Amino acid sequence: MKTTRTIDIHHITRVEGHGNIKIVIRDGKLEEARWEVVETPRFFEAMLVGKKWENAPWISGRICGICSIGHTLASIRAIENAFGIVPTEQTRKLRLLLKHMETLQSHILHLYFLAVPDFLNVGSVFPLIGSHPDVVARAAQMKQLANDVCDCIGGRRMHPTRTVVGGFTMVPEKKELVQFRTRLKDATDDLLRTVELFRTFAVPDFTRETEFVSLKGDKSYPFIGGDLASTDGVTRREHEYRLMTNEYTVEQSTSKWSRLSRASFAVGALARVNNNFDFLHPAAKEIAASFGLKPMNHNPYMNNIAQLVECVHVARESITLIDELTGSTWQEPRQPVSPKSGIGVGAVEVPRGILYHSYEFDNEGRITHCDCVIPTSQNHANIQHDLKKLAEQYASQGKQDRDIELLAQMLVRSYDPCISCSVH
Amino acid sequence: MQSTSNKVSTYLGIPVARPKVAFFELSSCEGCQLQMVNNEATLLDFLSLVEIVAFREAMTEQADDYQIAFVEGSVTRADEVERLRKIRSIAKVLVALGSCACFGGVNQLKNRFQDPAWVKKQVYGTHVVESNDQAQPLEAFVPVDLRIFGCPVKKEEVEKIVTNVVLGKSVVLPKYPVCMECKANKNTCLFDIGEPCLGPITRGGCDSWCPNSRMGCWGCRGPAEDANVEQMKEIMKKNGFSEETMLDRLECFGGFAKHADVLRKSITAK
Ligand code: SF4
Ligand code: SF4
Ligand code: SF4
Repeated sequence: MKTTRTIDIHHITRVEGHGNIKIVIRDGKLEEARWEVVETPRFFEAMLVGKKWENAPWISGRICGICSIGHTLASIRAIENAFGIVPTEQTRKLRLLLKHMETLQSHILHLYFLAVPDFLNVGSVFPLIGSHPDVVARAAQMKQLANDVCDCIGGRRMHPTRTVVGGFTMVPEKKELVQFRTRLKDATDDLLRTVELFRTFAVPDFTRETEFVSLKGDKSYPFIGGDLASTDGVTRREHEYRLMTNEYTVEQSTSKWSRLSRASFAVGALARVNNNFDFLHPAAKEIAASFGLKPMNHNPYMNNIAQLVECVHVARESITLIDELTGSTWQEPRQPVSPKSGIGVGAVEVPRGILYHSYEFDNEGRITHCDCVIPTSQNHANIQHDLKKLAEQYASQGKQDRDIELLAQMLVRSYDPCISCSVH
Repeated sequence: MQSTSNKVSTYLGIPVARPKVAFFELSSCEGCQLQMVNNEATLLDFLSLVEIVAFREAMTEQADDYQIAFVEGSVTRADEVERLRKIRSIAKVLVALGSCACFGGVNQLKNRFQDPAWVKKQVYGTHVVESNDQAQPLEAFVPVDLRIFGCPVKKEEVEKIVTNVVLGKSVVLPKYPVCMECKANKNTCLFDIGEPCLGPITRGGCDSWCPNSRMGCWGCRGPAEDANVEQMKEIMKKNGFSEETMLDRLECFGGFAKHADVLRKSITAK
């Protein structure tokens, strides 16, 4: 008897934005597997045309509520690169600390609120409030710490108010930073318990050889600016980002897609770990090793573990950053800005992967052209290819629809996609 | 907080006991929804007050039975109009959550271009994507019962409003401008340090969020009652800010769209 099985997931839940999964299996063989992006475009790249430079970080930060700090910093970096502004050491450190805390809050949000429910077999974090109160309380506590630091340095945890071209409108109180240092120290335990929790989960066994793209560190694990690298051996300068992203449009998506040496590539925590493993904090490296995560890892579900490893890395490095900041005297928070014509690119590693903002300016610093390339849009093609292989493999193994449906959703969630951001 | 009494006290037709609440998003950054889970300290109290039945960003289960619907985002495509109408037909109380939903938000910045085809071409080239010419607030399509302003919304304010709705108290939004809060917070006025600010005409309630961080207000919460936009233009001019800067702030979130249109026309006519 001929059988056709269809898995149709409209607006997959526990991801940011709107995407659909469609899988058709006929007689145990995969006929179709599609990752569709149906998000509405908002046209940020058009919106900014004609606007003066100072509008760009404020407006383009609104591309995404989860990584608004990353967008703001990429926008600022693009403008500073165009105008020839080099941030001071103090600004550099404050920005990195702010960035780290966004990474921590976003990874914790993803790991606990979006990913953990799959492993504990529930539909959301809400039932866990009753069944696993300690787990929820721990997640909330770490998220709150990260958010509180963002409030303190950026002025606001979402759509920050103190981050401007040239530096900051004002610097935090040192005594606040000292308090955060203590709380970060305390968070070490919470992170270790998070590691133990994830150790009890079975990461699905699935691999597909993939090219990974990220910033390439030269002395440290990179987050803000620098050279670009792929695990297939491509390296480029920051301003050559278009040669890394090669965006194109496809019919099944309102987000653009990307490719490099192969049909698709991946960005994100796993890409960063694969490209910059040696620069991880020793404590983070140890945890990575205990999960068997080392370069090259080609299992997309391991992105969850890579995020966990990065949580440990950023928490540890933030303590050092606070020590350095509190150990020096505050300098003027903001440098003067003089606009000039030209093009500037800012590349920043946001939680979901490498993000680029690029602006072209006229003499008065008005934007004449704008381009933003979002991590999730770089991942869409890779999700599509993973999904196809996954469905093929599991269909031929005779897995039930229910299992394939769950594994397909978990795959998409592993990428922690930020779909509305990818469409922008 | 759970009320099990049989008191018939209702608010806008909803019984006071733990109402079913749903969250939806149209075109947005999802930041306003995220603010709800970003409030770690009081999240659990909040959850004891309501029963969340749909929140796609956080949960898999989705129910079509709810009394209060929070809708974030602006309307930018035909299918969103349909979704919004359906939500309206189910919800007793429809809340516009955030400036995108209330005014169009940053999304309405595309409305300022004369040629919608240019906007699409700028981003997608010749690739065809479906999108309405204008980004519009919810009220352009359905009646809205409550509006919570802000980009993003202030979580404390949302919780206060929701608590009031649940307890059947009336919701009063501040009518005074951001300036009042800023002065109460004893901030140095930004005009004194050479920064523009729309605090004098923008509705308060954010506790002068931006000026507290030495960032001038961009008017995200729309006009205060009795906002005098003409006088604001004079203040900006007197402090040496161009009409372009005034327009940038005025048009950013859509709350002052009518005033912004007038100013834009007068600038282009020059
Ligand atoms: S109002 Fe602002 S924060 Fe809220 S959804 Fe819209 S852009 Fe995001
Ligand atoms: S900074 Fe803005 S809000 Fe504060 S007093 Fe001055 S004008 Fe008013
Ligand atoms: S100060 Fe102005 S721009 Fe900032 S949150 Fe308040 S109303 Fe919005």
